[in-house]
Amino acid sequence: MSIRERLSGNEAAATAMKQINPDVVAAFPITPSTEIPQYFSTFVANGTVDTEFVAVESEHSAMSACIGAEAAGARAMTATSANGLSLMWEMIYIASSLRLPIVLSLVNRAVSGPLNIHCDHSDAMGVRDSGWIMLFSETNQEAYDNTLMAHRIAEHKDVMLPLMVCQDGFITSHAIENIELVEDDKVKEFVGEYHPEHYLLNKEEPIAVGPLDLQAYLFEHKAQQATAMKNAKQVILDVSKDFEKMTGRSYGLFEEYKLEDAEVAIVCMNSTAGTTKFVVDNLRAEGIKAGLLKIRVFRPFPGEEIAKALSHIKAMAILDRADSLNAAGGALFEDVTSSMYVNNVHVPAINYVYGIGGRDTKADDIKSVYMDLLDIVKTNKIDNPYRYLGLRKEAQK
Amino acid sequence: MDNLIEIRWHGRGGQGAKTASLLLADAAFNTGKYIQGFPEYGPERMGAPLTAYNRISSTPITIHSNIYEPDYVVVVDDTLLESVDVTAGLKETGAIVINTTKSADYLRSALKGYKGDIYTINARKISEEALGKYFPNTPMLAAIVKVSGIMTDEALLEDMKDSFKHKFAKKPEVIDGNMKALELALKEVKKI
Repeated sequence: MSIRERLSGNEAAATAMKQINPDVVAAFPITPSTEIPQYFSTFVANGTVDTEFVAVESEHSAMSACIGAEAAGARAMTATSANGLSLMWEMIYIASSLRLPIVLSLVNRAVSGPLNIHCDHSDAMGVRDSGWIMLFSETNQEAYDNTLMAHRIAEHKDVMLPLMVCQDGFITSHAIENIELVEDDKVKEFVGEYHPEHYLLNKEEPIAVGPLDLQAYLFEHKAQQATAMKNAKQVILDVSKDFEKMTGRSYGLFEEYKLEDAEVAIVCMNSTAGTTKFVVDNLRAEGIKAGLLKIRVFRPFPGEEIAKALSHIKAMAILDRADSLNAAGGALFEDVTSSMYVNNVHVPAINYVYGIGGRDTKADDIKSVYMDLLDIVKTNKIDNPYRYLGLRKEAQK
Repeated sequence: MDNLIEIRWHGRGGQGAKTASLLLADAAFNTGKYIQGFPEYGPERMGAPLTAYNRISSTPITIHSNIYEPDYVVVVDDTLLESVDVTAGLKETGAIVINTTKSADYLRSALKGYKGDIYTINARKISEEALGKYFPNTPMLAAIVKVSGIMTDEALLEDMKDSFKHKFAKKPEVIDGNMKALELALKEVKKI
């Protein structure tokens, strides 16, 4: 039987880490993810876990310590947000290119400046091409569940890539919600032990990690990384299947909420998907065929599957909680629409940049998007595909 | 989600409004409900106005935004009545609970004609009597439970006894005082 609990998103992530009991956690505090290593350090101090906790002096060092630990053959985890991730930037790429399956809990927050501690996805979007698997979580439950599945995915021999579990700063990280926890022994069995094929501390097989890699082979190594990312899709599905057997909770590459017979749809990630479900229910009660596609797996990007799932929609809106500032549209918008294009599916699509710097996204905001979509269906006209949602009126000029 | 109850807390940094909202979430959780408890973080500092929220429902809650049309509002510090529009969006079928000793006439005028029920409680007196110090959050927690009827008095007292044992494991001497504050508040919250 699962354990009925109420935890904040940060508590949920820290609890998952406690149950995983990794060999090494190296972290430096930054709001709103600070509580994760804070709670975890108490588990270390109390002897609940036997993890080596490395209280480093910066995020660059946190990621470096995780890289060292994983290269040595250990299982390593960390947590960060926003500028913390920015400071890890150099090592983020090294972690993925050295094929080290580090697991990072990313509590999404706006990257400065000006200084803002609240939620948006600009931190995650900054590393979307770094070769990390990226899972997004609507609720505390999903942040917990994704973390429990993380090592099985990342450490799979066909993958061997680092993985980050994203959740919305404050909105879920600091909100207490109901959650179903898995018993410690079941988690232990599910996650299993980590036995890397190659590792530095194996005296039987001396290896070098991260040496010079010039014109002769870097290209091939990058292509191998790309293959691993493609492989991750099936591994994620397989691990999710096993997780469902254990918990009854079903996870795919994305969640389709009342999408099957929908005429208008929103595509979004993290906590806003929950608010969107609330709005979809209300609109359905009024007879409006609204639906939602919530991205769980953002990297690898399930473009073909998404194009198929949205092929019957009459108009759709893709919501980006980060602006790419490219005068063309947000990252998720570009990924979704380009996937549709290469899969020969055309659905009228608009983009909304929303929720920047923690701007609250209300049910009414989401409802207005569906109303805009209904209008597009009716008029068959899109004036401007790149829009803002929840921006102060005077700034929309 | 017709059974959804939404509550907004107004307090000042350091008064425990955030803690009270989390305790209310805890207590409702223990009666089998789905809950949310979350503060709206601004530039946190002692004395600055802050807002915290609760959602309580018998079915799962998916919405993840702040609360704009609450069923109930709790005002932990009555000096906020002058600077914050505490009844903004508050349903007239709902109620507001204020920690105050001010007159009914003053409150009615400060609330700009709010037509729902107005309840008051002197949380300072209760807290000082029960705890010897001013911690308004425990009396306000009891007051909102009483006014909203989220659970029975007995269920609250029983549940909070367990919570306090856990929360104050390192200072058990304050448990009895907090329990007394709850009991007094359940009795003394009054409709004007």
